[in-house]
Amino acid sequence: MSHHPFSRRAAMTAGLAAGLALTACSAASDGSGATTEDGVTTLSLWTHNGGNEVELALNKRVINEFNASHDDIKVELESFPQESYNHAVTAAASADKLPCILDIDAPNVANWAWAGYLEPLGLSEDLFEGQLESTLGVVDDEIYSFGYSDVALNLVTRRSVLEKHDIRVPDMEQPWTAEEFDDALAKLKAGGEYAYPLDLGTAGGGEWAPYAYSPILQSFGGDLIDRDTYTTADGVLNGPEALEWASWTQNLVEKGYVAKKSGADSTIDFVNGKTAIMWNGSWAATAVAEKYGDDALFLPPVDFGHGPKIGGGSWQWGLSSECPAIDAAREYLEFSAKTEYYVAYATELSGIPATEEAAAEIPDFAPGGKFRQFYDYAAEYAVLRPVTPAYPFISSTFQKVSADILAGGDPQTILDKAVNDIDTNIQQNDDYAF
Amino acid sequence: MSDTMPDTASTARSPGTGVAAHRAATPAAPRPRRSRRGHHGESLVGLAMTSPAVVLLLVFFFVPVALMFGLAFTNARLISPRPAEFVGLDNFVALFGDSLFWASLRNTAYFAVVVVPVQAGLALVLALLVNAKVRGRNFFRTVYFLPVVTSMVVVSLLWRFIYEPDGLLNQLIGAVSFGAWEGTDWLNNPSTAMPAIMLMSIWQAVGFHMVIWLAGLQTIPAELYEAAALDGASGWQLFLNVTWAGLRQTRTFVLITITIAAFSLFTQISVMTQGGPLDSTTTVVFMAVRTGYEQQATGYAAAVSLVFFVIVLAISLVQRFLTRERD
Repeated sequence: MSHHPFSRRAAMTAGLAAGLALTACSAASDGSGATTEDGVTTLSLWTHNGGNEVELALNKRVINEFNASHDDIKVELESFPQESYNHAVTAAASADKLPCILDIDAPNVANWAWAGYLEPLGLSEDLFEGQLESTLGVVDDEIYSFGYSDVALNLVTRRSVLEKHDIRVPDMEQPWTAEEFDDALAKLKAGGEYAYPLDLGTAGGGEWAPYAYSPILQSFGGDLIDRDTYTTADGVLNGPEALEWASWTQNLVEKGYVAKKSGADSTIDFVNGKTAIMWNGSWAATAVAEKYGDDALFLPPVDFGHGPKIGGGSWQWGLSSECPAIDAAREYLEFSAKTEYYVAYATELSGIPATEEAAAEIPDFAPGGKFRQFYDYAAEYAVLRPVTPAYPFISSTFQKVSADILAGGDPQTILDKAVNDIDTNIQQNDDYAF
Repeated sequence: MSDTMPDTASTARSPGTGVAAHRAATPAAPRPRRSRRGHHGESLVGLAMTSPAVVLLLVFFFVPVALMFGLAFTNARLISPRPAEFVGLDNFVALFGDSLFWASLRNTAYFAVVVVPVQAGLALVLALLVNAKVRGRNFFRTVYFLPVVTSMVVVSLLWRFIYEPDGLLNQLIGAVSFGAWEGTDWLNNPSTAMPAIMLMSIWQAVGFHMVIWLAGLQTIPAELYEAAALDGASGWQLFLNVTWAGLRQTRTFVLITITIAAFSLFTQISVMTQGGPLDSTTTVVFMAVRTGYEQQATGYAAAVSLVFFVIVLAISLVQRFLTRERD
């Protein structure tokens, strides 16, 4: 025995402890998405709706009705707060603990499909026939996910405000042009009633920035990535059109039309009369219509040269590739794609119903209904965020681009760096080839 | 250890070496084994008590650091259908050409250079104040310490409201200067964003170091003050020669802990400014988290962390050297 039994024992114990700890850590349960007991398969379902009572209630309704009508398959829901949902899924994927059924934010579908988390839905083609394009997650010609409703960005304002300042009310035949819009803002600012007449939601972070601002960029003629090859953003994100978009945005801030950081909730500010025009999604329509009734206007976006554009793609339901009971999961997904559920989701969430049949059943969205224009905007103007596995990186880069441009940085430098980062990332991942 | 177990049978034993000699002389004697078993028992208890900490350290510190050393030389991604490949120094080359990295390094250094002396100094001033024998001393100690126990996320959110253009701070400035000075949009102005965050960070953490200085102050014997006062020392001389001299070890500790905390600046940035405006508040840790988690480039983030680890290690060693015991 050495004179220092302590150190040798210490080393042995530490080694043993380390071994135990690592074993415990790596002994993760395998594919816990579904368990089968006594002939009843329980599938786990994850959703991002934690804290959102209305949407959760809808999810639970579908699940309860499915559970009631099936003896051998049960579905269990687990909800997460939206902010950390993507991280939770990524972490679960690394630990092989994905659920069987999960909902996915539309632009992430391509990335998760490429990473191997998702399985193509494999349901019959007719099931999703005629749905709004932006409510289906199609990657490499396979449908990976479907959504019940979509949202349309639009310019919200009041007829009385426009008439007071002698501004034309646009419609889909004749949307505002860039000059008209600038004139309108100048008049509103000169009127003195509004500190910042236009609310672009500049306080919003995260996915709001690409969702809300890339359509404007696309209306100018730029884009987040070259959609012919999906391997580079050079020329589209830092070309002359993109520069025009950047300087237009900075101009708005300089002239005082837009606050560098708007209020935390644009809808509340608009409803309280603090802003004249708001660029927001159709989710705000109910609150605005409640306050202003027929005076409320939901106008098409401005045509900056390449047609008015809005974003598209909301949360969609998909199937994980690790699910041990894939057929049971497919049964659930098929069950959940009933028209009555489309109607329920669209109605409760003031979303645009994804199918014409559902739209026909909702008075507001039926032809002639007061929110019908959202359905038309979604059908006409929606441009999906790029369907590429590179999207999370592009999104993160664009968030920084819009923040820096609003803060007054040099547009060419900012855009060139963004293009460089995106291109490098795509190269490093072998062009994200499937 | 064996000295604490009196060996009544041996009369010619000297402490320390006695056990070994005795063992060599009488290998079959039970008594040495008893003391050895005692020694053995005590060291086992010791190991049992340290093993939770050792396990946690190993799993949550040493293993990740080892992984970082490995990942930094690969193109690992957080989620990817392909396994990571060795890419040599590519990550480092990209890193040193990345303007965001240099901005992060600069901001981190700026933060540390300002916060370390200011926070340490302010904490000392507060400690001297609450060391005085005044009424309500405990009240002040509690009040100064309260921000420390409040979550940094909560503090950041509150201060974000305070710093708004029509927030509390600007209203206060307007009231105090009778409208002459308006204040600015603190967090959206590239030149004021970092100082604003510094102010808030110092406010939040100063209580902790105040308590540490306080502990140091209370180890200085009161007789030294009396003796110096009797010798006719002025207030400043008292401070310099008695207080400051007696606080040397506390000083070293405070300095090192504030420096390390300053380098790990992340929470405030993430909640308040997300690295903006125009990269004026991005820090190295923030950049590593954003690249590694949000942008999923684990290999690149590991390279950032590795470079940072080396820098912090170097600075800590320099600090240690400068504050070493000069006997």
